[in-house]
Amino acid sequence: MTVCSWGKYPKVEAAAVQHLAWRHEKIDFDPATSFLAHGMGRSYGDSCLNEGGTLLMTRGLDRFVSFDPETGDLRVEAGVTLEEILRFALPRGYFLPASPGTCHVTVGGAIANDVHGKNHHVAGTFGCVTDEFTLLRSSGEILRCSRTENAGLFRATIGGLGLTGLILDAKIRLRRVRGPFLNVKTIQFGSLREFLQLSKELGTKYEYSVSWVDGTAHGAQLGRGLFMAGNHSDLTVEERKEPFVPKLVFPCEAPEWLLNRATIRAFNELYWRKTVGRAVEGVQHYVPFFYPLDAIENWNRMYGKRGFFQYQCVLPFGDGEEACAELLRRISAYGKGTFLSVLKTFGDVESPGMLSFPRKGITLALDFANEGKETLDFLSMLDGVVAEAGGALYPAKDARMDEAMFARSCPRLAEFVKYKDPLFSSSLWRRLGEPNFGKGA
Amino acid sequence: MKGNVRKIAIFGATSAMARGAARRFASEKAEFVLVARSAEKLDAVKADLLAFGAARAETVLCDLSDVAAQAAALDAVWNALGEVDAVLVAYGSLPDQKACEADTALAMREFANNGSSAIALCNEIGKRLEAQGRGCLAVISSVAADRGRESNYLYGSAKAALATFVDGMAVRLSKKGIRVIDVKPGLVSSPMTAHLKQGPLFASSDKVGAGIAKAIADGKTEGTLYLPGIWALIMFVVRHVPYFVFKKTRF
Ligand SMILES: Cc1cc2nc3c(=O)[nH]c(=O)nc-3n(C[C@H](O)[C@H](O)[C@H](O)COP(=O)(O)OP(=O)(O)OC[C@H]3O[C@@H](n4cnc5c(N)ncnc54)[C@H](O)[C@@H]3O)c2cc1C
Ligand SMILES: NC(=O)c1ccc[n+]([C@@H]2O[C@H](COP(=O)([O-])OP(=O)(O)OC[C@H]3O[C@@H](n4cnc5c(N)ncnc54)[C@H](OP(=O)(O)O)[C@@H]3O)[C@@H](O)[C@H]2O)c1
Repeated sequence: MTVCSWGKYPKVEAAAVQHLAWRHEKIDFDPATSFLAHGMGRSYGDSCLNEGGTLLMTRGLDRFVSFDPETGDLRVEAGVTLEEILRFALPRGYFLPASPGTCHVTVGGAIANDVHGKNHHVAGTFGCVTDEFTLLRSSGEILRCSRTENAGLFRATIGGLGLTGLILDAKIRLRRVRGPFLNVKTIQFGSLREFLQLSKELGTKYEYSVSWVDGTAHGAQLGRGLFMAGNHSDLTVEERKEPFVPKLVFPCEAPEWLLNRATIRAFNELYWRKTVGRAVEGVQHYVPFFYPLDAIENWNRMYGKRGFFQYQCVLPFGDGEEACAELLRRISAYGKGTFLSVLKTFGDVESPGMLSFPRKGITLALDFANEGKETLDFLSMLDGVVAEAGGALYPAKDARMDEAMFARSCPRLAEFVKYKDPLFSSSLWRRLGEPNFGKGA
Repeated sequence: MKGNVRKIAIFGATSAMARGAARRFASEKAEFVLVARSAEKLDAVKADLLAFGAARAETVLCDLSDVAAQAAALDAVWNALGEVDAVLVAYGSLPDQKACEADTALAMREFANNGSSAIALCNEIGKRLEAQGRGCLAVISSVAADRGRESNYLYGSAKAALATFVDGMAVRLSKKGIRVIDVKPGLVSSPMTAHLKQGPLFASSDKVGAGIAKAIADGKTEGTLYLPGIWALIMFVVRHVPYFVFKKTRF
């Protein structure tokens, strides 16, 4: 069966696809093949793919296990999506404690990639708000993992790219809210320096922040963008009628000519003008604030059949700032980036995860349509800039980095491989040479 | 809205669609008796409903294809709940059509599981609701009941028997103030269909479950209910396509 991730690149053949529906189900872990969990497939590259092996589809593990309305402690099966949690939590006065830019991801996927959201500078990653999970190993053992029990496996599994076994269920701590609204402020910035200034000033005042940066601007406009910050509002649904949220569907794969310099530039120009004046404030429903792209179902089809790459790196503050400007210069000169380029600063709440991507610094994420070798060469060139500055790439969004870049991005790889499950593997893991540091096969 | 449906019995409670329906009532603190044939699955469903807010969830283990065993399960339900506001019969199995063609005994077992055993159960439930003088019974048959398709006509014929029985019972009990709903879902994503390629016509079991809950709670729906509603239209066409055309479609 052909499977691909959100980036639609690569497309690979899994030898078998097994749909899981119950936690207690026995899985026949045949040592002749390899296994990998697959949630909503919202990773961009090949971390959720297993060419020639077995994919364990977790979406059917979608039950809630327990909820404490007093504390907000929630235990769910690993295939429950963040959208399902939100729909459950809001009417009960709670909200997700951390969420990526789409709610169509599973809890298992959120842990395995240790995803981050707009509140990283305050709350840290998804792993930081996960107290415990149970892990099925290919030996058949089911292990409870937390900060105190099987702590090594706990830390290896968070951000562990699905390679330590199958997460069956997990316990997370929800956050209290009064309603679904946010007080949102959008501010224009003219340069990277201004962006960093705003992040510093407003980071302490706003729980959420993220910025859009114009990947097509150059010269004096290089690094211009919009800083968007928000806090939960005390307004309840009764106090404010919920606005209608239209749902659009991207109907089919777009022809290749749709994305060109002119359309991308026009889009960016329009987006820039979205904020009339330097700053606007208002009340916004959580859906468009947190999940603007979820409003267009299958927006990834926009990039056509060949798919696209998402490039996300993190650069340390200080030296990394110039490198970030350099990346933006090269991207705008290349001229083929990207509708939505995202900038954010990561804070210093440290994740328990050994391979977790988020670390203190500036993170930049953008999309590039796959145009074959030309795109690959360009991205390798960006790697050079990131590596030079001591930065790292996000494996969850990668389909092409090399082994050296992976090793740079995951400095604790040698510790991690001790916890890897011998029968779990992925296309990404094999592409990156299955590092084992003399541990044996 | 669902506050008047407080006590609910579900036969085949481990079904994904049934859980979708049950969650709506659980959020309103309903009480449940859950009947199915796997203890581990029942425990998982029970935990789910309690997490959603159910005031109570009891489980009863019963293989419902065994008609003789149904009486004990029915007693357990009524003993636990006293009066029952709503009953949902959700169990069913999608057999391998080809295997049924080759093995008549298997075909008959599957027919019993989807058709005759469910008819027996509904007949008994009908009596008990009649004795109560109130309540609602929703039974999940299928759009497959509407026309025999090459790929699943054994299943379809069993569901057709069930659907026809339930339709007739709906008319009879309607006069006694009891609502009976014959739920005909279209294509639904659930463990039953996980192995099939999920095209755009597939609805989520949660969404269809919500539709069932809504119909039970609205105090007026009775008779046949297609879910999602578009299937009423689709099946109208399918039923009326002449045989020589139907033969050529892949539907
Ligand atoms: C529009 C969009 C916006 C995004 N925004 C962000 C963002 O802001 N921040 C961010 O961090 N990420 C972001 N992402 C990436 C996304 O959050 C992650 O890739 C996420 O992990 C996807 O979850 P999934 O359920 O789709 O998992 P998949 O992509 O299916 O799998 C991801 C990994 O998790 C593993 N896995 C899944 N389930 C289990 C399990 N039960 N047990 C063990 N391993 C498991 C898989 O093996 C794989 O390695 C975004 C993605 C999209 C499409
Ligand atoms: N999914 C669809 O596309 C679709 C479409 C139309 C109609 N339907 C009907 O909808 C109903 C619910 O199905 P679903 O989609 O929710 O699938 P499901 O999750 O597989 O539910 C079916 C449930 O019925 C239980 N069951 C089967 N035989 C039983 C028996 N003899 N005694 C006790 N429990 C039994 C099964 O339990 P075990 O797991 O223990 O076997 C299973 O949990 C079924 O009647 C099905 O025929 C489904």
